[in-house]
Amino acid sequence: MLRSRLIPCLLLKNKSLVKTIRFDKFEYVGDPCNTVKIFNELEIDEVIIFDIDASKNKKSPNFDLIKNLANECFMPLSYGGGIDSIDHAKKLFDLGIEKISLNTSAIYQPNLVDQLAKVYGSQAIIGCIDIKKNMLGVKKVWSHAGGVNTKKNPIEWALELEDRGVGEIFLTSVDNEGTWKGLDLDMINEISNSVYIPLIAHGGAGRFSHVKDAIYKSGASAVALGNMVVYQKQNMGILINFPDKEKINELKFFNG
Amino acid sequence: MISIIDYGLGNLGSIKNMIEHIEEEVQIISDISLIKHASKFILPGVGAFDTAMKKIHKIDGLYETLNEQIVLKKKPLLGVCLGMQLLMDISEEGKEKGFGWITGKVKKFPKNKFLKVPHMGWNTVSFDKESSLTRGLDRKARFYFVHSYYVKPKDKKKSILSTSYSFNFVSAIQEENIFGVQFHPEKSHSFGMKILKNFSDF
Repeated sequence: MLRSRLIPCLLLKNKSLVKTIRFDKFEYVGDPCNTVKIFNELEIDEVIIFDIDASKNKKSPNFDLIKNLANECFMPLSYGGGIDSIDHAKKLFDLGIEKISLNTSAIYQPNLVDQLAKVYGSQAIIGCIDIKKNMLGVKKVWSHAGGVNTKKNPIEWALELEDRGVGEIFLTSVDNEGTWKGLDLDMINEISNSVYIPLIAHGGAGRFSHVKDAIYKSGASAVALGNMVVYQKQNMGILINFPDKEKINELKFFNG
Repeated sequence: MISIIDYGLGNLGSIKNMIEHIEEEVQIISDISLIKHASKFILPGVGAFDTAMKKIHKIDGLYETLNEQIVLKKKPLLGVCLGMQLLMDISEEGKEKGFGWITGKVKKFPKNKFLKVPHMGWNTVSFDKESSLTRGLDRKARFYFVHSYYVKPKDKKKSILSTSYSFNFVSAIQEENIFGVQFHPEKSHSFGMKILKNFSDF
């Protein structure tokens, strides 16, 4: 029985973890190595880390820090942020990163996706899509951590990424991110119905029922959690935690 | 001492990390003279079947030396993920021949809207037969999988673990001194550690 995955999504700013609301209003969460260590001890499914400053400030990934994180992990660890060359990718895989995530660089140098998928295989490449409504309320793809509207249509872009060889789509609703109010079920549904590859839904999960909705109503293969795993509860303090095993075992995804 | 074979493909760092964590000695090698003196091998691999075999053939003498060490000298080898698939004769993924140490082929998962490919995530196993690789393994063990192809041995009895993804496929295999696992033990917490510990004790 394959179970749907629950993935803590950790945001790196300088050398600290932060949590955001709609990619803004940064709050300090803690030290990345300690946090990853706690998740490892909880034997969770996998972890994904995004350096939210890297592309914005045209910085390379912080390889020293990533190396320390990878050493703490006996689970799949994915990384995104500032990857804009084959050389970056190679360094990350050598450090023990399982999957790399491309967002801004996939938009501005899409051939990099094809090249990376050819060398490292689709299973190692995540296509990350940030979606935000424009002034008319139409959902578009944004780059540079939500800073630039690329005006791309989300479904067309997801299909192009699949075609170029990504093995998964990581879909974030910037409008819902950090709000606790639930995921963008319509968008998840439209994209998961359009692509053959797994979709990780992110942005807005505040309760376990939100997770279930994304999986059962909208067809997500996995849900990434931010607030739910770094705060005790809404309007309460920082506490690194994870839904308990019984709840997770309800997430039966495929029973052959 | 476990020797991880470095032919330029695969997540060597994380396998080495976990072996060090279970306090076994480990080295990453590609040099033929070192391979001749090694006692136990892990054949890693991510990516495409043909790319892997081509890279192996590119290192002068690697293919022949491994054949000699595994087939004639019967040294233990564990193939991980694509490394397991390379143990077979052929793959639907490409035209290159595998090592052919275990008779059978590598097939692609059928693609449809209900069956996302790659098969990616944590899945359980059923125990097909006793093996030193799975001795003492928790019956509820779960492992991390990422793959679009699966191994189909000619002799079903070679399977030690199988896993269901719309149908049952072989998730761990053994032919005497040769083992293969389709999942990633190095990414599977305490369950993967148990497999690597068993292999190191074999």
